[in-house]
Amino acid sequence: MELRLTKFTKAFGPVTVIENMDLTVGSGEMLALLGPSGCGKSTTLFAICGIHKMTSGKLHFGDRDVTAVPAQQRSVGVVFQNYALYPHMTAEQNIGFPLKVMRHPKAEIAAEVRRLADLVQIGELLDRRPAQLSGGQQQRVALARAMIRKPDVLLLDEPLANLDAKLRLEMRAEIRRIQRETGITAILVTHDQVEAMSMCDRIALMKDGEIVQLDTPKQMYANPQSQFVAGFLGNPPISFLPAQAEEQLVIGRGQAIKRPDGLEARGEVVLGIRPEYFGPQHGTGLSGEVIFVEPQGREELVDVRLETGGMLRAILPAGDPVRLGDRVNWGVSSRNILAFSTDGDRL
Amino acid sequence: MTGTPRIWPIVLILAIFSTPLVIMYLYQVIDSVASPDPGSLIPGRIDMSNWRFLWERIDTGRPTIWAVTFNTFVFASTTAFLVTLLSTTAGYALSRLNMPGRPYFLGGLIILHAFPTITLIIAIFIILQAMGLFDTLLGIILVKAALELPFGVWIMKGFYDTVPWEIEIAGVQDGASRFRVWWELVIPQVKPGLAALLIISFLSGWSEFVLPLVLAPGSSTQVLSTFMNAVIQDDATADFGLFKAIGMYYSIPVIVIYLIFQKQLMNIYGGGTKG
Repeated sequence: MELRLTKFTKAFGPVTVIENMDLTVGSGEMLALLGPSGCGKSTTLFAICGIHKMTSGKLHFGDRDVTAVPAQQRSVGVVFQNYALYPHMTAEQNIGFPLKVMRHPKAEIAAEVRRLADLVQIGELLDRRPAQLSGGQQQRVALARAMIRKPDVLLLDEPLANLDAKLRLEMRAEIRRIQRETGITAILVTHDQVEAMSMCDRIALMKDGEIVQLDTPKQMYANPQSQFVAGFLGNPPISFLPAQAEEQLVIGRGQAIKRPDGLEARGEVVLGIRPEYFGPQHGTGLSGEVIFVEPQGREELVDVRLETGGMLRAILPAGDPVRLGDRVNWGVSSRNILAFSTDGDRL
Repeated sequence: MTGTPRIWPIVLILAIFSTPLVIMYLYQVIDSVASPDPGSLIPGRIDMSNWRFLWERIDTGRPTIWAVTFNTFVFASTTAFLVTLLSTTAGYALSRLNMPGRPYFLGGLIILHAFPTITLIIAIFIILQAMGLFDTLLGIILVKAALELPFGVWIMKGFYDTVPWEIEIAGVQDGASRFRVWWELVIPQVKPGLAALLIISFLSGWSEFVLPLVLAPGSSTQVLSTFMNAVIQDDATADFGLFKAIGMYYSIPVIVIYLIFQKQLMNIYGGGTKG
């Protein structure tokens, strides 16, 4: 079901957290609300599920205006960071609770719980209490409980933050699989760009209560609208380098990079260079000293301090002979350079 | 329990300081069933006559022990029930609901909890008199419950504070009303607190002395503590054996309750201190 948020404003007392936000999530789409802590993504989530009243604006699920509908009648499933399972109930009672509240007959509840348990693959754990389940299993129970009412919208609030790295990878794929299989409209709230990029159809990147860019993960990575977006996405992160845009992009003391095609700006700019676009495979042009090497198994992360000041990060295949303290002269893939104005807008 | 040698000096010091207490308890038990020779510490023959209060009136004009015990039980359990009931709802409100003046309520609770309530006794006396509740069980039940409430509310608030918000939000999202969320999802999380509070306020009521003494002095409303007081005060020659036997009888329920509910009582320190 399509979710439409129009001119959403939320103020806590005199502090306005979000002003006039518009957001549409397509039916069956999974959208990430991504942003640093305090950007208003959780506030948005609470407004959608009905915990917080919206100060102004409208919220529609499909054609139904739910702005004034209390949380209980909104048909929103929520999965919380700490799962929020009911500790005194078994997994089965937890999953069945929403139907019990709706006074469904017992047999029907049991059948539905069975179906959901199979979907999230915890069929054999139904008689355990949350304390007897691992983090990943609790997560699955929470997911099943959120979905049993067949809600219009599924909200996931940092669902993977409490899991260890390996389990996180597994649940990332699991949640996406379940979302695809059921075709439910879902919103994932996260501060982890990897989660957002790997799980979602589109990402809404938020900052200070505003959506700064709404795009597909690929587009957002390749074509960020601002320095903030470029810096937020990508792991290892992008490096920024101040430069003078003339015939070439002059970094200082004779070091310069070729201008990318289509860049028209003159004067002071900030260049954004992703690690994969700097290194020996791109020829030569910028010389500096290796100040940090971080082996990561399949590849190595190398920080290079340029002779002119400033720092660039490169990512090299493992086994590269580069050592700490080496002097290197590496090139930049100039058509992949992102240029920003000094106040952070994309040029 | 394999203690290292270093622990023995500490045990010794503690033992020395506890000896008077141990002797007191010991003679409390011994003297209730034996009559020592005058001036001697060694108990003489076994003498169950001290326990005669159980099957006869110790003298005419006094209520039977069973009537007094019944009074004490009614007083303690009704107080405990009232305190627990009100603390359960008030604690939730203070912990969760955003109501006007909430910080003042919290500050007030602390002050009331620390307040020496005995200073209020004359005012309470006058109020009870005006309400016609002087010298009634109901009167002292209401007073005792009111005085115990700040403690109870504070403890329950502490327990509610440890229940994650998300559980309630999840309950609301699952379609349950606020009341149902509280009753079906939150109360089970604070059950240890409820149990502990119920027991503690029962014990507090069971051992209450001043309120019944001042506010319910009549013999029909006598509780065990005031009954004992009367026994020791009245007679020209005080019967210590009888007094100690009644004392034993009076403390047995307390000891039993402690033995049974030790674990629940410890909980109050686990959950309550987080308030």
